[in-house]
Amino acid sequence: MQYTISALVANKSGVLMRVSSLFSRRAYNIESLSVAKTEEEALSRMTIVLNGDEYVLDQMMKQMDKLVDVKKIICIGENEAIARELLLVKLNAPAEKRAEIYQICEIFRAKVDDLYPTSMVVELTGESSKLDGFINMIKDYGILEMARTGVTAITRGNTCIKDMVDYNEKICDADELDLNECAQTGKRKVPLFIRKRSAE
Amino acid sequence: MKLSGADILIRCLLEQGVDTVFGYPGGTVLDIYDALYRNGEINHVITSHEQGAAHAADGYARSTGKTGVVIATSGPGATNLVTGIATAYMDSVPMVAITGNVGLSMLGRDSFQEVDICGITMPITKHNFIVKNIDDLADTVREAFRIASTGRKGPVLVDILKNVQQAEAEYEPKTPVQYTPRKVSADSAMPLVNALQNAKRPLIMVGGGVIAAGASEQVKELAERMDAPVVCTLMGLGAFPASSPRSLGMMGMHGTLSAARTCIAADTIIALGTRFSDRVALNRDRFSKDKTVIQIDIEDAEINKNIKADVALMADVKEALQTVLTLLPKQEHGEWMQQVAELKKKDIIDYNGSVMAYKILTAAAKIGGKDVVVATDVGQHQMWTAQYYPFEEPRTLCSSGGLGTMGYGFGGAIGAAMGTGKHVIMVTGDGSFNMNLNELSTAVTQNLPITILLMNNKALGMVRQWQKVFYERRFSQTNIVKKTDYVKFAEAFGAKGMRIEKDEDIIPVLTEALNTQSPVLIDCRVDSDENVLPMIKPNATYDTVMEKMD
Repeated sequence: MQYTISALVANKSGVLMRVSSLFSRRAYNIESLSVAKTEEEALSRMTIVLNGDEYVLDQMMKQMDKLVDVKKIICIGENEAIARELLLVKLNAPAEKRAEIYQICEIFRAKVDDLYPTSMVVELTGESSKLDGFINMIKDYGILEMARTGVTAITRGNTCIKDMVDYNEKICDADELDLNECAQTGKRKVPLFIRKRSAE
Repeated sequence: MKLSGADILIRCLLEQGVDTVFGYPGGTVLDIYDALYRNGEINHVITSHEQGAAHAADGYARSTGKTGVVIATSGPGATNLVTGIATAYMDSVPMVAITGNVGLSMLGRDSFQEVDICGITMPITKHNFIVKNIDDLADTVREAFRIASTGRKGPVLVDILKNVQQAEAEYEPKTPVQYTPRKVSADSAMPLVNALQNAKRPLIMVGGGVIAAGASEQVKELAERMDAPVVCTLMGLGAFPASSPRSLGMMGMHGTLSAARTCIAADTIIALGTRFSDRVALNRDRFSKDKTVIQIDIEDAEINKNIKADVALMADVKEALQTVLTLLPKQEHGEWMQQVAELKKKDIIDYNGSVMAYKILTAAAKIGGKDVVVATDVGQHQMWTAQYYPFEEPRTLCSSGGLGTMGYGFGGAIGAAMGTGKHVIMVTGDGSFNMNLNELSTAVTQNLPITILLMNNKALGMVRQWQKVFYERRFSQTNIVKKTDYVKFAEAFGAKGMRIEKDEDIIPVLTEALNTQSPVLIDCRVDSDENVLPMIKPNATYDTVMEKMD
C-alpha cells in the first residue's frame, strides 16, 4: 500500500536529517519526500509517500511524532487528499516532431516553458499517475533530462493539520487532555487510541 | 545581569537542581571548567575516560531518578560519550550530555578536535542541540532538561560552541516548570478495567517504565487486587519485591522456569512499561498467541511495536494504575495462584549444585543488607545477578539492558555511589572489567564504598556459552589467557584487593569488604564452564526452556 503523510516540522537546519535518518535506520521504504516552508515562518511542511502496510504506517508516524521537531502529523486518506506533483522534462524535439509533441502536451494540459532548435522544456502538474502517463507518451521522443518534485498534498474541506494534537503536549502537559475526545473529533492522527487486535 | 555563556550554563544547571556532574576537561570546554571552578557550587567528578563519565551520569540517574549530567570536550571527548549515551537511550535513562565545540569561525573547516557530534548522536538521543547563539543558550539548556526528564525519559545532548561560552548575555533566572504526567480519565481507563476483569489467568509483567514512573506501590496494589502473579523484565527488577510470594522473578531468555511456565499458562498478560524486547518476548509471533495483551506505556510508539496489544493505554504507568485502581473491583484467582505456586516450587535456582556465583551473590545480598545498590556489567555475571540477587526496592539495580554495554558497570557504580551515598556492589566479569578498569582510579580518588565482585572465570562466559550451544564448542577468542593479578592490580590503584577461591572464603571476605567504606576488588574464582540456566534460545518459544547444558 502507498500512504501519503503530511507533517508540520520546525523550520530549522537538521530537521530533514533527523527525519531521513529515522527512515533509514528503521528501514522504512519511502517513495518520495518533499519539504518547503509554510505560512508560518517557524514551520515547514513535509509530504512523505510511504510504501508499506498498516503496521509500518502506524510505527512510522509514531516514531516521527516522537521527534521533538515534528509538531503535527497526519496520514491523508486517498479520498480527502489533493495530492500533486510537478514535472519538468527536457525533450528531444526537432522541428518535424514538435507538432506531435504539442498535441500530447495539450491532452495532458502540459505547458511548454522553453523552446530550442532541437529540444524543449515541458512543465506538468498533477497526480503522480498522470505524470507517469505523460512520461510514457513522450519517452520515445527522447528524454534529455527530467526533474520531479515528489508529491505534495493537502486535505479537502476545512480541517487543518494545525488542529491536530501534538504528541509532546499529550504526554507532558499538566492539563488533562481527553484522548478519546481527540479520537472522536478526528484530532488524533493515528487511527484509534485503544485498538482491538484484528482477527488473525 | 550580564554573564558569559559558560556562567549562564552553570546557573542553568543550578536552576535545575544539579549538584553533581561527571566529566573530563579539554580545549573547547575550558570556559565551562573555569566557570565551574569560580562558581564552586557543583561537585564535579573527573573520570579516567569520558565513557566512564557518561556511564556514571547514567548510574547516578538510574539510582536516584534525577537527570544525570556529563560534560566532555569536542572531538574525541564527545565521541567517547557515544557508548554511554546509547546505553542511556536504550534504557530510557534521563541524561543531559554537554559538549563543547570549536568556535563558529572554525566550524565546518575540519578544525582541530572538531566533530559533528549532533550528527553522530542523532539516532541515540531523544533530541540534541547545537548552540550557535548565546541568546539561545539558557532556554536550550532548560529545554534539554525538560526533554530528558519527561515522557519516556532519555539522553539529550547540548553542543555549545566555544565562542558562545565566551560571549556575554543577559541572564534571567527561571524556576524550572514542574511537568506532571497527564492524568488518566475514568473513561480512558474503562476498556482496560473491563479487560482486567475478564482475565481468568492473569500475569503482570513489570518493565523499566514502572521504575521510571515510580509506580511500584501501585503495581503491588494491582497484584493484590488482581490476585495475580508478577514477573519482572531485567529493567523492571526491584520494581516488585522479590520476596513477595507473588513474585516469579525475572522473565525472558534467562528468566525463571516458573516465569516461563506461567507465561505459557496465562490467558492475559498485563504489560506495564515494557517494550517486549526480543530478550523478553523471544518469538514475536508466538509469544501472545491465544492471550489477551493489555499494555500500558508512556510512549505511543511502543504500543503494538513488538507485540500487538488488545487493549492499550498510552499513559504514565502510575497515573494509569491510580485511575484503574479506583475502578477495579477485587478479583479472585485462587486456583490460578495455586497452580502458579506449584510452578514456583519447582524453580531450581542452583542448576549445577556448585555455582560459585550463586553462593557469592546470595551471601553478598545477606551481608550487604537493604541499603545497597547493585551495578553490573554485561554477560553471565549480569544474568546471575538478575537471577540470584533478591531486589526488593526500585532503583537498586543499575545494569545495561537494551544496549548490553560491557564496561558499563564501573561508571554505573561510581554514579550510583555518588548519587545515593550508599554502598555499591558492583558485579562484573573478567571480560567486562577489562573494558573500563581504568575507572578504579576514580573510585579510589573519590573514596567511594564500592565492592567489586569480579567473577573471574578466565573466559568471556556468555559468548562462550553461546559457542557451546550454537557453535559446537568452538571457543573462538573466548578463553581469556591474561596473566593479570587482580589483587595486585587493585593495590597498585590504591584499592584493597581480596580473593575468593573456595566456599570458606565467601563469608569472611564479603563481610570485610562490605564493611569497608572504600573500593575493594574481590577476585572471585569461578569455573569457566558455569552456565546461565535456564535458557531459551533466541526467537524460540517459552515451552522450549533449556534446563541443562552439557
